[in-house]
Amino acid sequence: MSLYRDEAIVLRTQKLGEADRIVTVLSHRHGRVRAVARGVRRTTSRFGARLEPFSHVDLQLAEGRSLHVVTQVESLSTWGSSSGRPLGSVIGGDYRAYTAGTAMLEAADRLAGEDFEPAVQQYLLLVGGLRVLAAGEREPSLVLDAFLLRSLSVAGYAPSFDDCARCGEPGPHRSFSPPMGGMTCSACRPPGSASPRPETVALLSALLTGDWTTATASDERTRREGAGLVAAYLQWHLERGLRSLTHVDR
Amino acid sequence: MYEGVVQDLIDELGRLPGIGPKGAQRIAFYLLEADPVDVKRLAHVLVEVKDKVRFCSVCGNVAEDEQCRICRDPRRDLQVLCVVEESKDVVAIERTREFRGRYHVLGGAISPIEGIGPEQLRVRELMQRLADGVVIEVILATDPNLEGEATATYLTRLLKPLGLRVTRLASGLPVGGDLEYADEVTLGRAFEGRRSVDD
Repeated sequence: MSLYRDEAIVLRTQKLGEADRIVTVLSHRHGRVRAVARGVRRTTSRFGARLEPFSHVDLQLAEGRSLHVVTQVESLSTWGSSSGRPLGSVIGGDYRAYTAGTAMLEAADRLAGEDFEPAVQQYLLLVGGLRVLAAGEREPSLVLDAFLLRSLSVAGYAPSFDDCARCGEPGPHRSFSPPMGGMTCSACRPPGSASPRPETVALLSALLTGDWTTATASDERTRREGAGLVAAYLQWHLERGLRSLTHVDR
Repeated sequence: MYEGVVQDLIDELGRLPGIGPKGAQRIAFYLLEADPVDVKRLAHVLVEVKDKVRFCSVCGNVAEDEQCRICRDPRRDLQVLCVVEESKDVVAIERTREFRGRYHVLGGAISPIEGIGPEQLRVRELMQRLADGVVIEVILATDPNLEGEATATYLTRLLKPLGLRVTRLASGLPVGGDLEYADEVTLGRAFEGRRSVDD
């Protein structure tokens, strides 16, 4: 049984048997890994507290036949929070950040590709996104939408908000179609496309490129419409929507 | 594959939590060899538990009547309400003999990834219970994990405007343990929730 070490973010945990958990993590060098953490639900467990969702940890894992086994865990930096508390408790203490963050974890789980296949960009994006969320300086729902758009881009589903997604004719265009991959010109527009307001398209484009000045200046109505388009786009490309997206407290 | 009813029994047992195909087979053969009286008693209890037990109309705890034993007890303090996730937690708190108030069972914790939001829990019932103004303190005793914390945060936001005293169970070091073995998250919480010894 060989051991290896990696940095990771805990994406989700599931109960297993009497006192164990299966933890799904997104690691820096090994992509998504599912591993058994033995005895972590007992109050005497030495590392149960470190394996909550959102935890940023340094893991030692042992290769198993199907699932790997967690042998050691250390908490990494308590970054993002001014109080020096671990990330999980900062995010868990803010309900809006918690619901947005949970959707980010679920998206990362779905977009990370195959188990053990390195997804360095997805990992770095998630670490960055959670850090911003924990800092509490930006609106959680905007952080979520920015993360979803970029995570989709990294996974190969980059939306186009300017040129026509099909023929490449320079924009701005008026129709938005998830199957086409973003905004389309009037010639390429499939029936049933949405016609978002220009401000909404500008917001989504700003979120994708990281233009926070434009993004934070947007109003409530624009943000809601933008979130709807992001959800529709995500659902089309993932074939199944994210369960946690319906519970996001916007 | 076994014949008919033996296989049916193995299949049914295999659907229970934590029991795999081998375990189901072992239990099935144990039952086949056991005293018929014992097996009948087990079957009777299984039927009875589904017929008799329901959920308390006030707190949501398991009960054999319209209301559970705790809600019917007149000696209980009506001014303090303890909010827990599951009926199992009521039993755990009752074992402490520290708490004399009443309970409210939510039926789980907010976990968006599993599709559980506040609407899926007994939050509306909680708000209705508090509407008459009898309760003056609400103790949030959800699990000290991420979902439990988030649920407590959500409830705090809802309860604070009502002018109630809202408290959260302390978390920290287990009694009988060594400080050096505590993990930093728990130890950090213990520091955060430290209290003055002179009052």
